[in-house]
Amino acid sequence: MQTFVHDIVIVGGGGAGLRAAIAAAEVSNALSVALVSKVYPMRSHTVSAEGGSAAAMGEGDSLDLHAFDTIRGSDYLADQEAVEVFVAECPGEIVRLEHWGCPWSRGPDGRIAVRAFGGMSVNRTVFAADKTGFHLLHTLFQTSLKYEGIVRYDEFFVTKLLVEDGRCAGVAAIDLRDSEVRCITAKAVILCTGGAGRIFSFTTNGAIKTGDGMALAYRAGVPLKDMEFVQYHPTGLPGTGILMTEASRGEGGYLTNREGKRFLEEYIPSKMELGPRDILSRAIIQEIEKGRAFDGPYGQYVHLDVSHLGEKLIDEKLPFVRELARNFVGIDPVHEPIPVRPVVHYMMGGIDTDLVGRTRLPGLYAAGEAACVSMNGANRLGSNSLSECLVFGARSGRQAAEDALEAGQTDVRPVEKVAQAEQARLVATYLEKETGRERISAIRRELQAAMERGAGVFRTEESLKEAVEEVRGLRERYRDVALDDRDRAFNTELVAALELDNMLDVAETVVRAGLERRESRGSHTRRDHPDRDDERFLKHSLAFTAPEGPRIEYGDVSITRWPPAERKY
Amino acid sequence: MPDDTSPWAAPEPEDTELLEGGPLWEEGPPREPGAKPRIGPPAEGQVRLTVRIRRYNPELREESWWEEHAVNMEPTDRLLDALHQVKWYHDGTLALRRSCAHGVCGSDAMMINGRNRLACKVLIKDVAPKCTVEPIRGLPVLKDLIVDMEPFFEGYHAMLPYLINDEGEPRRERLQSPEERHRYDDTTKCILCAACTTSCPIFWGDEEYVGPAAIVNAHRFIYDSRDRGADERLRILSERTGVFRCRTTFNCTEACPRGIEVTKAIQEVKRSILFDRF
Repeated sequence: MQTFVHDIVIVGGGGAGLRAAIAAAEVSNALSVALVSKVYPMRSHTVSAEGGSAAAMGEGDSLDLHAFDTIRGSDYLADQEAVEVFVAECPGEIVRLEHWGCPWSRGPDGRIAVRAFGGMSVNRTVFAADKTGFHLLHTLFQTSLKYEGIVRYDEFFVTKLLVEDGRCAGVAAIDLRDSEVRCITAKAVILCTGGAGRIFSFTTNGAIKTGDGMALAYRAGVPLKDMEFVQYHPTGLPGTGILMTEASRGEGGYLTNREGKRFLEEYIPSKMELGPRDILSRAIIQEIEKGRAFDGPYGQYVHLDVSHLGEKLIDEKLPFVRELARNFVGIDPVHEPIPVRPVVHYMMGGIDTDLVGRTRLPGLYAAGEAACVSMNGANRLGSNSLSECLVFGARSGRQAAEDALEAGQTDVRPVEKVAQAEQARLVATYLEKETGRERISAIRRELQAAMERGAGVFRTEESLKEAVEEVRGLRERYRDVALDDRDRAFNTELVAALELDNMLDVAETVVRAGLERRESRGSHTRRDHPDRDDERFLKHSLAFTAPEGPRIEYGDVSITRWPPAERKY
Repeated sequence: MPDDTSPWAAPEPEDTELLEGGPLWEEGPPREPGAKPRIGPPAEGQVRLTVRIRRYNPELREESWWEEHAVNMEPTDRLLDALHQVKWYHDGTLALRRSCAHGVCGSDAMMINGRNRLACKVLIKDVAPKCTVEPIRGLPVLKDLIVDMEPFFEGYHAMLPYLINDEGEPRRERLQSPEERHRYDDTTKCILCAACTTSCPIFWGDEEYVGPAAIVNAHRFIYDSRDRGADERLRILSERTGVFRCRTTFNCTEACPRGIEVTKAIQEVKRSILFDRF
């Protein structure tokens, strides 16, 4: 078995992973930093983020205001300590990105421009047209090329955390070129693998968002926090789920129903289209239930209308929205409204970490969507997640680097043994398995459908119970999976099987934690428990792995300066 | 173009088969030994697409071969969805790269009906009833639609594709007017999919040539008012492997899925080397 020895291993090459790699490399050029990703870094899902990245940099803004908006948006479940750290470091990160060449959109004075976004009480969202994630990701990737200490393992899929003597000491990863496991050891491992939107059938998330890092940590005994909170973005294209950025509303777009009415007047008149995502998604579903939506081949939808903004502004500020709408639904938003419906977009929950990315397992860290610090609580505000990748990617990278500098050398031999056992498992379970009648695609599709039915915008005891049972049943059926592809070069079916394994674990924590949270808060809306219940549930849920399925415990929420209050807009 | 560029030129093995009729495999039934993919008639509103894929698997045979699969799709589905349909329900061995599925991550550049396109930006209605899919050309094929991207990224890396400015970082952002920002806007759009480079006949014939995507990425920094590395990049591009290999065939501009005016960018770099440098 090939073994590679590094000081730090980062899994995932998106916004958080690249930012962590650069931060670690900046701590000391003596550190060897491995960046392991199942895709080339610029293919990571950060690339799809459109609207922008939040930072209190504009006129009339303040750190406290950004913090309060974030906490209120979170329905008071965010850890306020985390939020305060976050808002304080956002502006510095945006400026660093500028110094590294990020082509931020500029105001007439040459300064970085800000735009309006949902749930933010002032213009606070820094942007690069409507391809902010793309530009941010490419800037980070480009900058990472300058550091000799960063060694990339592109198209390597991590299958297991190598835990030895109570410490995470590296990862087992298959090189997709030959499907052989490599042992990559480190003194610190940072998981930056993003979310798991693919456990649902209708999502803005790319095909690679399968919750890999969440599942790796979960299986290693680290709890997943607040997994029941799944963000539905109000405006996805029916069918494909392609995102129509919130910036289209930030720039002044309207949501209208079949009667041509801006229906948000009935739901959130003070904010209208600039309300937070959970409230807007619920409003659209309610419009559908009231029969005031449009019917289409991909289900019911409402209209996102930007035509009154004019061609010039659309081409300057929302060119990608225009391109996507024209290409994928044949509609030019300059002249016609765009069909949209709520779509799974983001996981507020994730790997339980502290303020510097550390998990309960020594040597293991996490950042970005894969992690839950928690600064998003029960509902994330649009444009906070790119900033989260920067701030907490950097914090975890620095912390891991400092810890690695102090740690002793890893004894490679016992770690290699764990990796060898992993290689044997993969061969026996997939590549040379002789039995099995189940197709990956069938189980995956049923999982996604079960999640849509059971854990949608509105949930009930019954819907969640049913989903819990369905996911359990699919987990059983998964044992009987067999692959068509037994070859070693680019066995993408093997990767799909391992991803499905991860998705099943993550999905189970979502529905189990959702079932046990008998209240409505943020994105988690229970028809049978419509009110927020601070007495019982102003708590973070923590899902631990157990043989019979996830075991849910609860942890405290950090409250500093903003006592929980009714969430009013 | 020489004959072997024809999408139909690969040898056709006798076992190519197109199976129609019979029960739908849509629900992914338990597999039977020797079961063959079968599909029923398209549902109302759907269309039938026969997708002809150039397969390659060095573990099976040395040569590539053609395979046909028929799938029923919505007209507004993407070609990528059809390839997924094949992979998930007909043949799990089909290998391709994909990620975002809406034209911004750059994973799934392929030769589609003889032209370089992103499979996720091509709609079924624009290619049905029949479509050919091959790997992009000029890079070694590793398996099916997956090519070795390393030579492509080497060209990119050679351009020093990061902001160079050692004047010391100011405490705040550097100022850049909207006009200065606009100057290099077009070439910031590159997604590194390699559609342009692998459509370039010079690149096919000369593996030393850095190719259009590399030049686009050099251009992105050369004309950024904040960058100070232009001279170094222009020097690299004035070498034998650089920008003067370009014979202005416009294949790259035609192939770019982001609509970048690639040839124009290359011409601007040429002009800077000839007139602005030193």
